[in-house]
Amino acid sequence: MAAEMEPPPLGNAGETDFRELEDGEDLFVSTVTTLEYPEPSSPEPASLPAEDISINSNGPKQKDVSFDDDPEDLFAEATEEVSLDSPEREPILSDGPSPAITPVTPTTMLTPRMDLGAADMFERSLDEIEEDNNGDTFDIHIAVSDPEKVGDGMNAYMGYKVTTKTSMTIFNKNETTVRRRFSDFLGLHSKLASKYLHIGYIVPPAPEKSIVGMTKVKVGKEDLSSAEFVEKRRSALERYLMRTVKHPVLLKDPDVIMFLESSELPRAVSTQALSGAGILRMVNKAADAVNKMTIKMNESDAWFEEKHQQFENLDLQLRKLHASVESLVCHRKELSVNTASFAKSAAMLGNSEDHTALSRALSQLAEVEEKIDRLHQDQAYADFYLFSELLGDYVRLITAVKSVFDQRMKTWSKWQDTQLLLQKKRESEAKLQFANKPDKLQQAKDEIKEEIEELEGKVEQGEKDFELISKTIRKEVSRFEKERVKDFKAVIIKYLESLVQTQQQLIKYWEAFLPEAKAIA
Amino acid sequence: MNLILNPTLDEAPPLRTHRGIVTSHDFLTTPPAAAMMQEGLDDGPDFLSEEDRGPRAVNVDLQTDATLQVDISDALSERDKVKFTVHTKSTLPNFKQNEFSVVRQHEEFIWLHDSFVENEEYAGYIIPPAPPRPDFDASREKLQKLGEGEGSMTKEEFTKMKQELEAEYLAIFKKTVAMHEVFLCRVAAHPVLRKDLNFHVFLEYNQDLSVRGKNKREKMEDFFKNVVKSADGVLVAGVKDVDDFFEHEKTFLLEYHNRVKDASAKSDRMIRSHKSAADDINRIASTLYTLGTQDSTDVCKFFLKVSELFEKTRKIEARVAADEDLKLADLLKYYLRESQAAKDLLYRRGRALVDYENANKALDKARAKNKDVLQAETSQQVCCQKFEKISESAKQELIDFKTRRVAAFRKNLVELAELELKHAKGNLQLLQSCLGVLKGDT
Repeated sequence: MAAEMEPPPLGNAGETDFRELEDGEDLFVSTVTTLEYPEPSSPEPASLPAEDISINSNGPKQKDVSFDDDPEDLFAEATEEVSLDSPEREPILSDGPSPAITPVTPTTMLTPRMDLGAADMFERSLDEIEEDNNGDTFDIHIAVSDPEKVGDGMNAYMGYKVTTKTSMTIFNKNETTVRRRFSDFLGLHSKLASKYLHIGYIVPPAPEKSIVGMTKVKVGKEDLSSAEFVEKRRSALERYLMRTVKHPVLLKDPDVIMFLESSELPRAVSTQALSGAGILRMVNKAADAVNKMTIKMNESDAWFEEKHQQFENLDLQLRKLHASVESLVCHRKELSVNTASFAKSAAMLGNSEDHTALSRALSQLAEVEEKIDRLHQDQAYADFYLFSELLGDYVRLITAVKSVFDQRMKTWSKWQDTQLLLQKKRESEAKLQFANKPDKLQQAKDEIKEEIEELEGKVEQGEKDFELISKTIRKEVSRFEKERVKDFKAVIIKYLESLVQTQQQLIKYWEAFLPEAKAIA
Repeated sequence: MNLILNPTLDEAPPLRTHRGIVTSHDFLTTPPAAAMMQEGLDDGPDFLSEEDRGPRAVNVDLQTDATLQVDISDALSERDKVKFTVHTKSTLPNFKQNEFSVVRQHEEFIWLHDSFVENEEYAGYIIPPAPPRPDFDASREKLQKLGEGEGSMTKEEFTKMKQELEAEYLAIFKKTVAMHEVFLCRVAAHPVLRKDLNFHVFLEYNQDLSVRGKNKREKMEDFFKNVVKSADGVLVAGVKDVDDFFEHEKTFLLEYHNRVKDASAKSDRMIRSHKSAADDINRIASTLYTLGTQDSTDVCKFFLKVSELFEKTRKIEARVAADEDLKLADLLKYYLRESQAAKDLLYRRGRALVDYENANKALDKARAKNKDVLQAETSQQVCCQKFEKISESAKQELIDFKTRRVAAFRKNLVELAELELKHAKGNLQLLQSCLGVLKGDT
């Protein structure tokens, strides 16, 4: 891969570099190949660091590596910093097959040097990266609809229609419709997680399984609660898909595309709770939990420490908020029920009242209360679908974020272990030097030398992996934060609008009632 | 009257309410913090003044007569007793002064009410229902629990919840004051009852009436009396009345009473749900606030603004629940009691009718046997008089009851609608202004 890496063409250096980015969408592909993952596409290892500079200025930023091929052109104004760095980087560049992840340097030194033009280009690069391959804008809309029960008895399942409308060229058609079942969604998630989680991508979690809910549906109970359950699930699946495709890397993943387009999908049996894969998952989870407690990471990067803490706090508060909102939903539903029963009671009272005007007023009151009860019910739905579900999604998302942080820790730990091993081998090599067994010595020395070389390579790789995952996480976290801000703002506004509507309706109802009450003679 | 010295009360942080002014003390072990209570109730003034504007007008429509005006000018809550200051203004000659006040407790009100009920002379009137016992147990329990759970929540949460509970305590307190006042005003407005001697003693005698609450034996007696009475009531009700008016009233009242009971229970439940929902919004507001202060992104402004908004809307929601409680639930509860009193009147009349008819039969039998005729005649006369007296006044009382009821419902329903509108509009304005700010930000 690296061999194909060409120096960026001269001329408007900034522009062209970014063009490379456009072509090579999956920026981490080459890294992935070194991790021995079957790589579908082969984009060029583009100048990934450029994004970091433009995305956020938290913490140290890595000065672009591939730019260094021709540093003077791009960073004419920033020659000082670049020249300081590049000599250090050159050796690493030539060695590694992948775009070297070099120690980062603070951007703050650079940005003031660059003129406005360059800065603009950096900004644009961000958008372009988020855009599709061939210059398409992010334009995709997925709808999950028409839940239909397929089959009977305990083997029954709910089939959902997944409609994808898009103008992006990575898809075959502008509009595709397929039928999927819940386990297909889970299968997609598990595939994506196994591919991307350990290199630091935040893979959106799939909706949770619910044995109780599904059993009710399977058994065929046609009541309100199972209808609600299906609707809740449908909505959750839709949000899951939209979130997944919003991620620029995941969108291009062939599994995702296949999920959205192909009419037949192999049954994802490994998602069943009681399957072999399921049990393996549980064992792994337990092992991970133990590991987390034992790994004491030497955090050299304050950014990660800070972010980790932030996410812990956010998690705590979101969970609390979620609980309160769920309680609110429950009480509003209760209020609606009680209002309805009060309405009936008031109607009865109106009936038995023998003063005609009062009787009429009481009946009117009953009607008003009935309308209000429906209003409360609608509001409860809004509370739930807008607010509560969003919070639930984010609580799960933050779990995914935390697991990504944990992956970083695991990577670090692996690197350290390899380093320790290397050290031990070096020590034993040194010991051999002083040993006095000439015949075995040479052979042992050679063996050790080989092992040491191998380990050195591994240590380097480990370090690179660690740096890579750290960088990916930074990028992911900033993208996550942006999405989070957008999501919350949008939902809060929608929720407040729903509250406004409720109040407006209330006003209408009471205004209609008031003259009736006044008319009691 | 039972004469027993009242045991001395423990000194405990008292709660006073004076017309329109609220000063109160902390109920927990912390030192009295009147200012804090005042703060917590700064939304209170509206609520208070609405109630103060004449609780008697809330439930009953009475002409306030200059010759006798009664009100409760002050009340003090100590531990588990509430002391009411009954203030009278009168131009009647029976009283020594024109204006005077005494301090009374709940048991003394009950004593007065029971004396009316037991008085045969008043059999033909609807006896104003006795005020319910002041019940702070639930509220006090909650305050205790809050005090115990102080360690488990943040300082702000704790202060907030304490303020809410204190406001609740205060609301119950004000309600009980209002109900006692209504009772007195009804008596004062009744042309016959206002002249009752016991009533005058109650108003004027500035020593302790030393009425003790009923002891266990008396309570058991009462219980049995009630059982007998309800059995008798069924019997009496079965007797068909000659008079159409009363027959109609009988069926009407029976059905009405049951439905009011049902409506009262349902309205209570509805209002409780409303309060729980308001409490939830409170918690959401404080969590949003924490989120807002922690968050470093753009959205923190949103969180803080919405937290502020929810704080305000929650207060409005709580006020809506409180107003509904006042205008709807209390109204229904009061008419539950009044319809029971009306039913009691009908029962007494029915009883008198049965006695009259029995006396007639006895007279006929005596005449037939020609034995004890005079005795039978006098007893029949007595029964007849009694019955007719009751019937006459009962008719008027029932008509008045209807008039009062219609007026009270009208007033309260109108006020309920107006308050709901006011709060909904307030809510709407808050929401819209917040939305405006948030939309402008994005």
